Amino acid sequence: MSNDTTTATADAGTPLRDAVPGTALLEVEGLTKHFPIYGGFPVKRRVGAVQAVDGIDLAVHEGESFGLVGESGCGKSTTGRLLTRLLEPTGGRITYNGQDITHAGRKQLAPIRSEIQMIFQDPYSSLNPRQTVGSIIGGPMEINGMNPPGGREMRVRELLETVGLNPEHYNRFPHEFSGGQRQRIGVARALALEPKLIVADEPVSALDVSIQAQVVNLLQNLQRELGIAFLFIAHDLAVVRHFSQRVAVMYLGKIVEVGDRDSIYNRPRHPYTHALLSAVPEATVTAARDGEGRERIRLAGDVPSPINPPSGCRFRTRCWKAQDRCAKEEPPLIRLGGNREGHLTACHFPEEPTTAAREEDVILDPALLAAEKGTGAGSAGPVGKVDR
Amino acid sequence: MTVSPQPASVRTLDTEPDTEPVLNKGGQGSELVGRSPGQLMWRRFKRDRTGMVSAVVVLMFFVVGLLAPVISWLYGKDPYTLYGQESLDLLDDFSFPTGKFGGMSGEHWFGIEPGLGRDIFIQLVYGIRNSLLIGLAVTAATVVTGILVGVTAGYMGGKTDYWLGRLIDFLLAFPSTLFFVAFMPVVVALFVSPEDETPTYVRVLALFLVLWFLGWMGLARLMRGETLSLREREFIEAAKVSGAPPWRIIRKELLPNLVTPILVQSTYMLPAAVTAEAGLSFLGVGLLEPTPDWGRMFALAGKVYENDPTYMFFPGVAMVIFVVCFNLLGDSLRDAFDPKAGR
Ligand SMILES: Nc1ncnc2c1ncn2[C@@H]1O[C@H](COP(=O)(O)OP(=O)(O)OP(=O)(O)O)[C@@H](O)[C@H]1O
Ligand code: SF4
Ligand SMILES: [Mg+2]
Repeated sequence: MSNDTTTATADAGTPLRDAVPGTALLEVEGLTKHFPIYGGFPVKRRVGAVQAVDGIDLAVHEGESFGLVGESGCGKSTTGRLLTRLLEPTGGRITYNGQDITHAGRKQLAPIRSEIQMIFQDPYSSLNPRQTVGSIIGGPMEINGMNPPGGREMRVRELLETVGLNPEHYNRFPHEFSGGQRQRIGVARALALEPKLIVADEPVSALDVSIQAQVVNLLQNLQRELGIAFLFIAHDLAVVRHFSQRVAVMYLGKIVEVGDRDSIYNRPRHPYTHALLSAVPEATVTAARDGEGRERIRLAGDVPSPINPPSGCRFRTRCWKAQDRCAKEEPPLIRLGGNREGHLTACHFPEEPTTAAREEDVILDPALLAAEKGTGAGSAGPVGKVDR
Repeated sequence: MTVSPQPASVRTLDTEPDTEPVLNKGGQGSELVGRSPGQLMWRRFKRDRTGMVSAVVVLMFFVVGLLAPVISWLYGKDPYTLYGQESLDLLDDFSFPTGKFGGMSGEHWFGIEPGLGRDIFIQLVYGIRNSLLIGLAVTAATVVTGILVGVTAGYMGGKTDYWLGRLIDFLLAFPSTLFFVAFMPVVVALFVSPEDETPTYVRVLALFLVLWFLGWMGLARLMRGETLSLREREFIEAAKVSGAPPWRIIRKELLPNLVTPILVQSTYMLPAAVTAEAGLSFLGVGLLEPTPDWGRMFALAGKVYENDPTYMFFPGVAMVIFVVCFNLLGDSLRDAFDPKAGR
């Protein structure tokens, strides 16, 4: 589906160096979700909408791990819930294996329910406190009428072992486990149906840093061993770095940059990607470069409200390169000159494809600026204003 | 890339638990069957002395109520015989008990009823039985209705929720006591024409209907709130993602998590229903003579308390103990179920 419209998609035929070759398993075009806001007195009526997801295109290939990164509130979870059809899209199209599932009902979804599974963010609310581990993991099999050889219980024990838990924990209850262990139970539940695609919504962000790595490792191995495609949602680029062959960066309901791992981490073009990268802890980013320093960008304030997003480029209220054009024209997600195939950026004035240190820091936070006065008074363009 | 080579088999990797499991506390290490939240609550409840005593007392009331015919047989009296009329020395000329303390004796433990001269002990036993059974039936019906309406409203949301919410508001706005008193005759008249004599079962049915009609809204509201908050929990989404039909979600995911509030609320609702029934009979619109009734004993006691104050004593004390113990039991259950006490 290579289309030459301005909102190009990461198209299926693009050879990506790290990408697992394969056909697109899940394709999304112009996916939109607006949550209506009701207000007014005495008659309630629709007064606006939270534009949580606003026209995103992406494709997840078979066996591929695709990362979706963005700040809190930019619509990542909403995207994940749309893809698993927990939410009804307002617009756009979702195609799974060639089948349009955009508005499919529960009955129509039934055959593919087992193929798309989800791992949730909160290990405490994602397991029913009243069910044993056995019925939590075995439940999906029961619903889908799966009768693995050796019985469901056998299979559950096997799955427990796969995710690194003691099979003897079969009869225990969630409250008897730690956060990391619970998350493993969640992983086992997702695996129970032998899915082809797992949407993992920030599966480690609620965990201790020391445990995060273990769970990510587990997921990574599962992905490789079992060839499951992953849509891995995270709020910083560090977690996704080792995990995903392709990464999309999301900002306020839109994808601002997408590309293979190398392009995003080493040749990012979008200012927001630069900003996110500079927030990644030193050790992980400078691994390739020997501590020669790197750019420091600090984003000011919060993400603007998705109820009333900025005109034109949504990042412009926090962008240090913003100009008049950015307010008037929405930058299309296109392949810029010098970018690899499949590396798409939505920016009128992209950055240089490097992450090397700037001469001066870009500081977009007035408070920080005041604290560090004199050290770097916003060399590149205006100092971002905290919008409020 | 900093990714280290991984072992080939998924089974062998990273099998170390990230932290020591939270179980194994208290030397239960070898026990491999986990304790369910319900079992943990039971253990917590057993440690609560007040709760256990209340539970025993409450149980006693049920036993007394259920075994009333047996008690009557053992005691050798029944609630209908007019003992005061049969033997003339039990009541004086003004129909008050002749003996001290309302005529208490080895023969009539709690004394003799002024006027008709029935045995107070067995009257009370049967009165408790009738009030308790009606209260129990009303509670069962209101609990079921409350769960159905509340869970439906909470789970469906949208228009359904809105209209059920308005219905609840409307019914809650009813002045319930006034409604009961005013509507009892109306409901009775639905079944029998006013000229005929009303059979007792019709009065019982009418009592049940009015108490049920205005009894379920509190629980429905609670259920709706709980369902709304549970519905947002991720394990519900997980069930949906694996294709669970709504009925299964309600049955397997929602209801087990609603057992606690249902149980706690029911222990508050039952004494309320019993006292409401007693109240209606007290006001003369509930059970009528000669059916023994707890509430009607207070009505009589109110009339005779100047000359026979003892008559008030036993029904009154029984009622106070009953209500207090039920509420203490409810509190203890709530404490034992409190999720904050142990996660
Ligand atoms: N059911 C809903 N009704 C109304 N608004 C919603 C709903 N769900 C999400 N939103 C809004 O949509 C926006 C995107 O939310 P979403 O949960 O997708 O963000 P996120 O990127 O996952 O953030 P986080 O990292 O905090 O999980 C937010 O502004 C949120 O308030
Ligand atoms: S389009 Fe303009 S405002 Fe948006 S990121 Fe690019 S330079 Fe910044
Ligand atoms: Mg989220």
